[in-house]
Amino acid sequence: MALDLVPLWAAILAFGVFMYVLLDGFDLGIGILFPFAPDAAGRDAMMNSVAPIWDFNETWLVLGGVGLLAAFPLAFAIVIPAVYFPILFMLIGLIFRGVAFEFRHLSRRRHYWDRSFFVGSLLATFSQGIVLGTFVQGIPVAGRDYAGGSLGWLTPFALLTGAGLVAGYGLLGACWLVLKTEGALQAWARGRARMFTIGVAAFVAMVSLWTPLIQPQIRGRWFGGEHPLWLWPVPLITFALFVLLWRSLARGRDATPFLAALGIFAMAYLGVGISIFPMVVPYTFDLWQAAATPRSHAFLMIGTLFLLPIILGYTVWSYWVFRGKVKAGSGYG
Amino acid sequence: MIDALLLSRLQFAWVIALHILLPAFTVGLAAYIAVLEGAYFFTRRPVFLRLSKFWLPIFAVSFGMGVASGIVMPFQFGTNWSRYSDLTADVLGPLMAYEVLMAFFLEAGFLGVLLFGRERVPPWAHFFAGVMVAAGTLLSTFWILSANSWMQTPTGQTVVDGRFVPQDWLQIVFNPSFPYRLVHTTMAFFITTAFVVIGVAAYHLRRGRHVEECLTMQKMGLGLLALLVPLQVLVGDLHGLNTLEHQPAKIAAMEANWETQARMPLLLFAWPDEAAERNRLEIGVPALGSLILGHDVNAVIRGLKDWKAEDRPPVAIPFFSFRLMVGIGVVMFGLTLAGLVLWRRGRLAHARSFQWLCMPAASLGFIAVLAGWVTTEVGRQPWVVYGLLRTRDAVTPSLAASDVAASLAAYVLAYALIFGAGLLFMARLVRRGFAAGAEPEPEGPVATPARPLSGATRAR
Repeated sequence: MALDLVPLWAAILAFGVFMYVLLDGFDLGIGILFPFAPDAAGRDAMMNSVAPIWDFNETWLVLGGVGLLAAFPLAFAIVIPAVYFPILFMLIGLIFRGVAFEFRHLSRRRHYWDRSFFVGSLLATFSQGIVLGTFVQGIPVAGRDYAGGSLGWLTPFALLTGAGLVAGYGLLGACWLVLKTEGALQAWARGRARMFTIGVAAFVAMVSLWTPLIQPQIRGRWFGGEHPLWLWPVPLITFALFVLLWRSLARGRDATPFLAALGIFAMAYLGVGISIFPMVVPYTFDLWQAAATPRSHAFLMIGTLFLLPIILGYTVWSYWVFRGKVKAGSGYG
Repeated sequence: MIDALLLSRLQFAWVIALHILLPAFTVGLAAYIAVLEGAYFFTRRPVFLRLSKFWLPIFAVSFGMGVASGIVMPFQFGTNWSRYSDLTADVLGPLMAYEVLMAFFLEAGFLGVLLFGRERVPPWAHFFAGVMVAAGTLLSTFWILSANSWMQTPTGQTVVDGRFVPQDWLQIVFNPSFPYRLVHTTMAFFITTAFVVIGVAAYHLRRGRHVEECLTMQKMGLGLLALLVPLQVLVGDLHGLNTLEHQPAKIAAMEANWETQARMPLLLFAWPDEAAERNRLEIGVPALGSLILGHDVNAVIRGLKDWKAEDRPPVAIPFFSFRLMVGIGVVMFGLTLAGLVLWRRGRLAHARSFQWLCMPAASLGFIAVLAGWVTTEVGRQPWVVYGLLRTRDAVTPSLAASDVAASLAAYVLAYALIFGAGLLFMARLVRRGFAAGAEPEPEGPVATPARPLSGATRAR
């Protein structure tokens, strides 16, 4: 095989997971904020703001899972069993929140499905955070299989990243509402966004300080002799984005907070990537060891290079169709 | 013995059986809605718009449930079948990834516009969105059945260190059982939807309501069935012959045929006794089995005893599920014929007993799809990749029985609740009828003039 597609596949998969985190991040965040909304009309507007796009957003999760299976099957076969229960909780959570979009309008007991929307979103987010924490901490491996127990994910660090992601998605959700709503609901969302900004900053700081302590590879990467100077911009830009977020919320901007929150997610994601690279089953197998055969990589790449731009094209179109503010009373159109 | 393997198999059977009910309905319904939108776009007859607006909320509910239960599926391969994932992903991973890239994004990307965008985009764009959603469901069927068929009739790969390595992608995608399975399954999905459409129309016709809409629905449904039901008999026969060629042990189990024999009887009933390697209470038609499978009364058909006991599939389950599927096919044939005769005589609207029969018949397609699925999947055992990888070697080694018992219990409870509620709500949407009739807003605080955005309410 002439061409090594592993780096490109790693980039595409990283992009897909990042799209998921951003897009489902804000609509799971809507679910986390949901029961605290000022009134029923506000809750309807919150739902309306994501109803046409939520299942599209969730499709990126399927791409992440199936993409990992296709491009780095060994990682899929080891990492997913290691988080057996968090994945179960995430899936159950996503089911209960996904059906709530339609069910709450059809049920005579709407509050059940409102509750299911909130609890499902919270459970799914917390579980995803646990998966992230377990991944960063490292996974015990024997041969080509997961070697730990079914509760190996239950660690203080993973619980911290779980809580951190709840704050993070909450921040995205609140900033999305600042962008998409107006009036009292927007003012309320702005207040939540400020609250979550403080929370996210605290979690980012805690996780950044904790990871080098538990993992020698991460310590070496950020504080060792490799290229620490080259990495300095990552924490500095993150700090600058937090300042921008805070000030744009204070000044009542509509779009800047959402963009700043996206930026913070991008930097945190980049930070995790720098810490882990080139591992894909931390800290046993790297990307090349876990990769599918070049023939599989090539076959899938041909279609992906063609299809991804098309997908992004109609994504933009769909978001464009539903652009602008949602109104609390009337819905769209 | 109850172990992680058996519980994992039960869990997979449970989540896929409930999930498949939704594509069995939405593949056909998406196409039906696209046809209705197209008919309205080109003819401007309002009845087509009313029909589309009636079905869209029902589609939204079932599609939402399909998405929610569908996300579960790929993760099952990782959580419970990690050995399978490691060994087969080089071949199957790209097929499933193509399903996501070609189908899932297409469906989800255009669904929002189809459900909520009627007033936001030009009519042609709304029609186009409907066509794209329907195309997405069909592309999804294509890729997932290709992957499934490769597990039934693997070709185009070699085995290196126990792992399957792709050699020829055309052979992998278009493996020997795929064309038959694709056509047979897709037609089954369309037939399922057609019977639902006819059954829903019957509900209102019996009450003398929405006569124009419901007769249009029944005629569209019967027209499709007149074509597909006879064709399905032919395709099913070809599929069976293909199975006989590539998976003869499955056919032996489906027919509960223990001995290799010419003039094999077609068993109408039997009680297979796997321990004694024979049937009890056999009732059969002599030589008909050979005639159907070999197209010759003297054709020799291989029996189960040709295989070692450890290589045989279970017998009773495929034997009965296959008979259930075929039996339903016969009932469908009769109903279609009756409907066509009534239509020709112009008596559809007043044929009370026919309409009464059509209501429970709405469930027939689902039962037949499940029965057929069980037949083909149980008949594949004890292999997960036929003849090459045993199911027992595919399970995640780190799992304890208690882990899987807990997750299985969670899936059973969650799905029972969600599917129960979903069915109830769809029934409510059906009873609500058409926009022209009485249209009570479902519920919610009366004081709030909220028109919340959901497919169920907004698409009306």
